[in-house]
Amino acid sequence: MNTDRVLIQALVYLAASVLAVPVAKRLGLGSVLGYLIAGAAIGPFALHLVGNQADVMGFAEFGVVILLFLIGLEVRPALLWTMRAAIFGLGAAQLGVVGLCLALAAFILRLPWQQALACGAILAMSSTAIVLQTLEEKGLRRGAVGTAAFGVLLFQDLSVIPLLVLLPLLAVAPVVVATGPSGLHGGLHGWLHAVAVLAAVAIIVAVGRYLTGPVFRFIAAARLREIFTATALLLVIAVTALMQLVGVSPALGAFLAGVMLAENEFRRELEADIEPFRGILLGLFFITVGASLDFGLVARHPLLVLGLTVGLMAIKAEVMTRLGRLFHLTRADARMVGVSLCQGGEFAFVLTGFVITAHVLPAPLGHLLNAVVAVSMVLTPLVFLVHERVMTVPERSDGPRPEEPAFDAAPDVIVAGYGRFGQIAGRLIEANGFRTSVLDISTSQIDLLRRFGRRVHYGDASRLELLHAAGAAEAKLLVVAIDDREKALELVETARQTFPQLVILARAWDRRAAYELLAHGADAVERETFEGSLALGRMALERLGVRAHQAHRAAAIFRRHDKRLFEKLRPLWGDEEGFILASRQSAMTLEKLLAAEGLGQQGEEADGGWSTTSLKKEMEAQDGD
Amino acid sequence: MALGFYRRLQRQRLKRRSQAPAAAPTTVSHDPARCALLVLAHPALHRSRANAALLEAAQARPEITIHDLYQNYADFLIDVEAEQQRLLDHQLIILQFPMYWYSAPALLKEWLDMVWLHGFAYGRLGTRLRGKTMLAAVTAGGDAGAYRPGGINRFTMAEFLRPLEATAHLCGLTWAEPFIVHDSIQMTEASRRAAAQNYGLRLDEAIAALRS
Repeated sequence: MNTDRVLIQALVYLAASVLAVPVAKRLGLGSVLGYLIAGAAIGPFALHLVGNQADVMGFAEFGVVILLFLIGLEVRPALLWTMRAAIFGLGAAQLGVVGLCLALAAFILRLPWQQALACGAILAMSSTAIVLQTLEEKGLRRGAVGTAAFGVLLFQDLSVIPLLVLLPLLAVAPVVVATGPSGLHGGLHGWLHAVAVLAAVAIIVAVGRYLTGPVFRFIAAARLREIFTATALLLVIAVTALMQLVGVSPALGAFLAGVMLAENEFRRELEADIEPFRGILLGLFFITVGASLDFGLVARHPLLVLGLTVGLMAIKAEVMTRLGRLFHLTRADARMVGVSLCQGGEFAFVLTGFVITAHVLPAPLGHLLNAVVAVSMVLTPLVFLVHERVMTVPERSDGPRPEEPAFDAAPDVIVAGYGRFGQIAGRLIEANGFRTSVLDISTSQIDLLRRFGRRVHYGDASRLELLHAAGAAEAKLLVVAIDDREKALELVETARQTFPQLVILARAWDRRAAYELLAHGADAVERETFEGSLALGRMALERLGVRAHQAHRAAAIFRRHDKRLFEKLRPLWGDEEGFILASRQSAMTLEKLLAAEGLGQQGEEADGGWSTTSLKKEMEAQDGD
Repeated sequence: MALGFYRRLQRQRLKRRSQAPAAAPTTVSHDPARCALLVLAHPALHRSRANAALLEAAQARPEITIHDLYQNYADFLIDVEAEQQRLLDHQLIILQFPMYWYSAPALLKEWLDMVWLHGFAYGRLGTRLRGKTMLAAVTAGGDAGAYRPGGINRFTMAEFLRPLEATAHLCGLTWAEPFIVHDSIQMTEASRRAAAQNYGLRLDEAIAALRS
């Protein structure tokens, strides 16, 4: 019975998103609005296909946790340090100034000052999920806008902890016990709680730094993909559980765990494994926000809710824009940050619930706040759209914006397979100033390379998600240097289909594999033993007494001849069965090739330019006359 | 064993050479509208400014086939047949290069050595290039004052280009007045642009001369 209910619920959620999201995207509304509309449609206040959102909400918030974990993976500790101005400067300023402005507005609306302050703090929060998802879709997450917005959101996450401690102090009625939403910390007080939080953070740092490496290496060595995924999920869930136990935002804990793993060689694989969960759970999160929209309340006081929402968004956007200008953002960037952070956040729901139980706010006011926050979330994608339509022209006049790569810069080249072959190609590319992103599947190889100070990521490059995570969408070139022939073909095919802009250069086992790789979409191939054999042959010629330059030319002629033959036989390989090629190939020994060299016109040029034979003949003929 | 092959190979080659003096035409794609071949020899085109500016002027002209030697023969292994055919397909042969040690970059010399063969370009039977025109377009770092009897380089540009002039003469090509850009290292953007414009006019002139 229960399973049936879960299945039907899943059916409703999935059907709603499958219907609404592509349509919304098609209409240019963005996926977030699509999910929100889907949620509103199936919610208890419209079609009533799904009931109470509280359970689902708790589950869906896990999507935000995963989002923060993935972001953490991109932020190496050193990078976090460079972002300190955005986090503690702009972030603190946003929460303080925006919070006070909102409190002032609430005070003017005749709320007692304590309630006004609580409202200000709660409403100053923005939605991490909506903002980051939207910025990502618009390709703004890595620039100045992304860094500023992310810094502010991170600070908001950080400040949830002190807010949970401080807000109860604003209680109008005497508080019996200042309990948090749930968990162990409810019973703890003051410094004991602080110690628990610090201990939890220390555990995450220590585990992330020292334990995950060996554990993942052990699991990767087993080459069981699903266990790797399970481990990754386990890690995120464990962090979430730990943080909830001590009453800290799980998203923050997940972010911290991500940062700890950002320099880990398994980072790309982790990203690829967890990414799908993020997408689905975030979608679920947006649906629950849409579904929890209390149409009843909105319908009863439409003007009040709408007025408050518009006021909230206007104040947040305007104040944030001004703050952004103070922090040296360009006008267009500051405006973009302001607009993106103008909605209420998911933490508002948590905090309202909390302050109602703490008797800071009366319950009806709390519900009103929730409605306003939810409506502002629904309106955010629309505000983005309006902002884009209205602001594109003046924004352009500000000139090209210098993009500051706050996150890992996109690579020029992805090198898949960093063994004997890939290393040389990769090092040559890197030595010439191109950024590479390197993937390898052998943990021992990665270990070895890391000891030499090279950054190599663990992963099976034939997986599409991993290619995405490695930056294949922005890269110019993919070097396929893995020695597993099947995997190489698979990789070339996937990459060709998904990333048409990529130039794909592939290592081929032999002539036959080379044709196959080309047929699967590689732009060029190199038979792995060809150049080496040629070099050895040339060396042999030299030892046999052929002058070095002559040997060099003989090898070069051989190379050219063979490459032309390779091209000539290429259509043959496609049409007829492979055995024709195979037989031709076996017949085409070095001996025959060289003989052909001598018979054909190619032989002329070997030393034609330096030969005096024909000149001598002509001179002799003239002398004879 | 291998040495044996090698010797046999060379013997066959020698035999072959005496039998077939002229190269058989190969499949060089050629647009008959292009009457001029610009053979560019610059080993560091990515760092070049003067030569790059000249090249742009040439690229703007549809009558000119641009042939970048260092791009096509990075390994110095010149495809003689293809090159000979390319020469046959064009009437005006432009050699564009920066002057290095009073001479052309190594690959241009290699190209001459390998392609302008006895029996093809010169000699009793080597008449294939007769009647064509050779135009040298050279950039030099020094200013015009350096290339004169009292100057630091002691000789004039025309004197340094005499090996090419003699080559043209031996092979029956008309030697056009060379196009020289002096002071290529220190020249301003404006004068570089002016040089490119003059080059363009010079090329137009040379192409027009073919038709009259």
